[in-house]
Amino acid sequence: MGKAKVKRASTSIDMTAMCDVSFLLLTFFVLTATARQPEVLVVDTPQSTTPDKLPDDNLGVISVAEGKIFFGVKNPTVREITLKNMSQKYGVAFSAEEYEKFKQLDEFGVPMKNLRQLLSLPNEQRDEKIQPGVPVDSTETASNELYSWVQEARKATIEYNRSREGERDFVDPGPMKVAIKADANEKYPIVNLIIETLRNQKQNKFSFVTGLRASEQ
Amino acid sequence: MAELNQDSGKGGKGGKVRAKKAGGKVDLTAMVDLAFLLITFFMLTTSLNKPQAMDVAMPDKNKMDANDNLEIADNRSITLLLGSDNKISWYYGQLAKPIYPPVTVDYGKEGIRQVLLKMQKEVPARSGGKDLIVVIRPSEKSVQRNLVDILDEMKIVDVKRYMISKINNDEIEVLKRDGLFND
Repeated sequence: MGKAKVKRASTSIDMTAMCDVSFLLLTFFVLTATARQPEVLVVDTPQSTTPDKLPDDNLGVISVAEGKIFFGVKNPTVREITLKNMSQKYGVAFSAEEYEKFKQLDEFGVPMKNLRQLLSLPNEQRDEKIQPGVPVDSTETASNELYSWVQEARKATIEYNRSREGERDFVDPGPMKVAIKADANEKYPIVNLIIETLRNQKQNKFSFVTGLRASEQ
Repeated sequence: MAELNQDSGKGGKGGKVRAKKAGGKVDLTAMVDLAFLLITFFMLTTSLNKPQAMDVAMPDKNKMDANDNLEIADNRSITLLLGSDNKISWYYGQLAKPIYPPVTVDYGKEGIRQVLLKMQKEVPARSGGKDLIVVIRPSEKSVQRNLVDILDEMKIVDVKRYMISKINNDEIEVLKRDGLFND
């Protein structure tokens, strides 16, 4: 009898502590994981061996696929200030409700005059098909809307960072970074147009968004 | 915690105690399995989801004078013309009187990397210790993948000086001649 009891106790391990730890870790990872929003414009990026990661904040992303250009600013507050500046520049007025909707909009690809129309649509209807892309050309005038968007977003970033200077533990992240997220099969001329647009406003540094190549070929 | 019914140690019939024990202990193995599976999933998705950022720096644009070009020694520069069909045409020196005339190579380890490694040794020997300059000229038939691949190759081979510049008509003719200018 006594012998048999000892044997039984040794076969089953107490999993309680292990279970506790694993669920604690699980909770941590669930909470820290940011839910990935489905992209409006699906971009299949090329791969590289670059170890640097794309920053999460203080960033403007220009996405290119199938000849369409989309633009998005990561920080919602900067996004709002950018729209305010753009509204003045292009003479398009937005209501408070539309500003609120724009804050939720990760990226868009419509000319300025169609932006209100896009904002009036419910979220699930704003798909890639109805958006023709942000107009871009080789000039520095109002017709090159991407030029204005990037410029106003950079100004808005500076304004936003200045307004936060008084806060405790505030570290100035510096000027906004610009990333070009182009599809692997996108032809060079359109990428070149974007690069020239950036160079025209002395944004000589930018990043190409790439996936991770598993190993060196 | 999960062991609801601990052996109280009090006397009693052996059979009863055993039955109580079996009911009180919950088998947590499956639960732990599941938890670890989910942990693994969330760990991998959080860190692997972030895309990579390849930094590119372009020279400052001189808007006043578009022809403000920096002269560089012929024997220091090789030019890579990115053509269609994932091929590169490269030459050494000036196109009009090249030291090595244009040759077509592939991307990757066996193609352009061997060329770069070879030229990295050869250029200092020819130009008196000065290092290699690579000029990258993407044609309008090349795609984004080509540009990223070649910039990646610069990092792998560790070419210190390289630049992206505009292709000219003579070079497009070279690509056309070699059949690297297809849609």
